[in-house]
Amino acid sequence: MPRTLIALVEDKPGVLNRVTSLFRRRNFNIASLNVGRTEKPDVSRMTMLLDSNDADARLVEANLYKLVNVIDVQDVTNQPSVRRDLALIKVKASPEQRAEVVNLTSIFRANVVDVAPESVIVEITGTEDKVESLVELLRPLGIMEMVRTGQVAMVRGNGSGIRYTPGANGNGHEENKKPIKS
Amino acid sequence: MQKSGAEILWECLVREGVDTVFGLPGGSVMPIYDVMLNYPVRHVLVKHEQGAAHMADGYARASGKVGVAMATSGPGATNLVTGIATAMLDSSPIVCITGQVPAHLVGGDAFQEVDMTGITLPITKHNFLVTRADEIAQVVREAFYIARSGRPGPVLIDFCKNAQVEMTEFEYPDEIALPGYKPPMRAPREDLQRAVELIEEAERPVILAGHGVLMSDALEELKIFAVKTQTPVAMTLLGLGAMPASDSLSLNMMGMHGEAPCNLAIQNADLLLAFGMRFDDRVTGNLRKYAPTAHKIHIEIDPSEVHKNVHVDAALSGDLKTVLTDLIPMLDEYDHDEWLAQIGEWRRESEDRDILFWPEDGQLYTAKVIHDLWEATGGDSILATGVGQHQMWAAQYYKFEQPHRLITSGGAGTMGFGLPSAIGAWFAHPDREIWLIDGDGSFQMTQAELATAANEGANVKIALMNNNFLGMVRQWQEFFFDSRYAGTPLNNPDFVKIAEAHNIPARLVTQPAEVVPAIEYARQITGPVLLEFRVEKEDAVYPMVATGAALDEMIRRPDRRSKAVGV
Ligand SMILES: Cc1ncc(C[n+]2csc(CCOP(=O)(O)OP(=O)(O)O)c2C)c(N)n1
Repeated sequence: MPRTLIALVEDKPGVLNRVTSLFRRRNFNIASLNVGRTEKPDVSRMTMLLDSNDADARLVEANLYKLVNVIDVQDVTNQPSVRRDLALIKVKASPEQRAEVVNLTSIFRANVVDVAPESVIVEITGTEDKVESLVELLRPLGIMEMVRTGQVAMVRGNGSGIRYTPGANGNGHEENKKPIKS
Repeated sequence: MQKSGAEILWECLVREGVDTVFGLPGGSVMPIYDVMLNYPVRHVLVKHEQGAAHMADGYARASGKVGVAMATSGPGATNLVTGIATAMLDSSPIVCITGQVPAHLVGGDAFQEVDMTGITLPITKHNFLVTRADEIAQVVREAFYIARSGRPGPVLIDFCKNAQVEMTEFEYPDEIALPGYKPPMRAPREDLQRAVELIEEAERPVILAGHGVLMSDALEELKIFAVKTQTPVAMTLLGLGAMPASDSLSLNMMGMHGEAPCNLAIQNADLLLAFGMRFDDRVTGNLRKYAPTAHKIHIEIDPSEVHKNVHVDAALSGDLKTVLTDLIPMLDEYDHDEWLAQIGEWRRESEDRDILFWPEDGQLYTAKVIHDLWEATGGDSILATGVGQHQMWAAQYYKFEQPHRLITSGGAGTMGFGLPSAIGAWFAHPDREIWLIDGDGSFQMTQAELATAANEGANVKIALMNNNFLGMVRQWQEFFFDSRYAGTPLNNPDFVKIAEAHNIPARLVTQPAEVVPAIEYARQITGPVLLEFRVEKEDAVYPMVATGAALDEMIRRPDRRSKAVGV
């Protein structure tokens, strides 16, 4: 099963580069990566989907946490959470086919957001599975173009996810207490 | 008060306790060099920036403080790269300050512009690009804190020239602003409890002591732990000195060229206690056959090292000294007499094969020369090395009783590390005896720093083991490539003359009887001195664990003592 990790990072130049460089350097396989703003002006949030087992996910988490600009990392795979992916799909649709597209779209509670003589753009938001299903249904009509944001996730309720990376929750952290050797 | 970015840099360096900087100037750092003269800092002019990084590293390893290297933009900065990677792989705290073209030119391929933060991203613990004067104070503060805390490592500050000359209000930052940087200190109680259970059950435990023991200053705790639980202590190359070599519980070095009793103990153990080490491939041998019967406990400050190479049964992430301090009172006293007796037997068998007991045959052997050096210096010298056979013999035959004595490139295995790191160590401890044991190949990589040693009067004694080969590679060719010596024979210059050209006294040693007098001669001299030992060309380091072999499948040195006495 793909793992979902959320990282809060400082919103500074080059931070995305540090994260992706880490994936390359350590040979981690990332299925999708989404970066965006958060409720705090100086913090960005990344959601990553990994094709990996538990052990690898733990290593990704620990390595991410090691980056100085990464504030927090959470593996929310097993947390009750809301997960959403957004896709824009441009489908071939002559005036006669339009009704079929609109039909499928409404079953999925997706929207047609642009209509041109020979094509329409469908916007769908939902879990990866849901997006996947609509894409498969539209495929026979002819998908001309598609873009997906990659999954974003948020833990339900008050929980903010379990953090088991030692140190990630400030576990036993004592600032600068260790004397510097003379 | 208004100050320039360059002045603020020095203000902050001085406040960090920096008294020595290793570097070489150029266009992009001229404002920094110009105001340097106003500050109480000694600048050591190197001959190549790689030397500056290694000197800063040697300084850091010998002193426990942060070492500082400085270089101009472009080629000056890229010359630091090998030194930075070397420091990274050995968790050595250095701060490198490089000049950068003015901020408005960054990205435009200006003269001597190289993307240093990009290049050093994977080989620094962290790096900074400073484009404005008002950033530098905070950045220096954070750079030093990051370099020395947690798992230490190199930090690079790329300092744009405009920011060096801009004037700004100088205020020393009281606080560091690193919301994402919290190295772990304490391990959770449940993890400690799990470790206690494993220790209680163990009958054949072995401690694996790494560099972390030294970095965390956990020597006392290690000793108490080992004695209380009667657990023998194996050390990694960088962990040597964590436990005195003469201690009855010390197993000395583990790994590819580790001592046989040590490797046998690890493979036969039922519990490994890894203290501040990372199960590098050079210490584990074939991972699939590594310590097959042992439970494993890993105490390590860097959580990304846990379960990376070896899956462990208990992981205690935290500062080693703190974790051991918490753990020791939870333990009872144990005896492992049978286990220690078994190890004693392996030791005796091993001694029979020791080259020290070979009959005298008129040849110089590096191992024997190092043994003589160890005796002559009372085992208390700081010892820097290059990389290769001589390095392994130094680790085996210079018996370290104290920590922070061996200065060697472990993780990177950087030839050329020896001479500059020895010079750096001398700046940390000008009053101590410092020896460099180097190979003819390694030495020539940074030989230019002989001039630095001469200029600075660095009291570094150089023991150059000249075997006219890139010896370690030659050994692999002999063992695994049918003795086809491709690219390994060295056609060397006259090293004595090279030393003398630098006004450095030197002596050539070719006979066993000359070894001790030559060492004594060098010890009488204050300042750099070079001894060239013409050693056996085709000697090999034993034991050796070949690639793919398990740690106990060692190629052993032939037993010549028994043969000589007709046993
Ligand atoms: C910079 C660098 N280049 C190449 C190597 C590969 N290498 C490892 S040991 C060695 C031979 C070292 O020869 P020398 O310094 O003469 O020491 P010896 O093994 O003969 O004692 C080489 C080439 C290395 N470790 N570092």
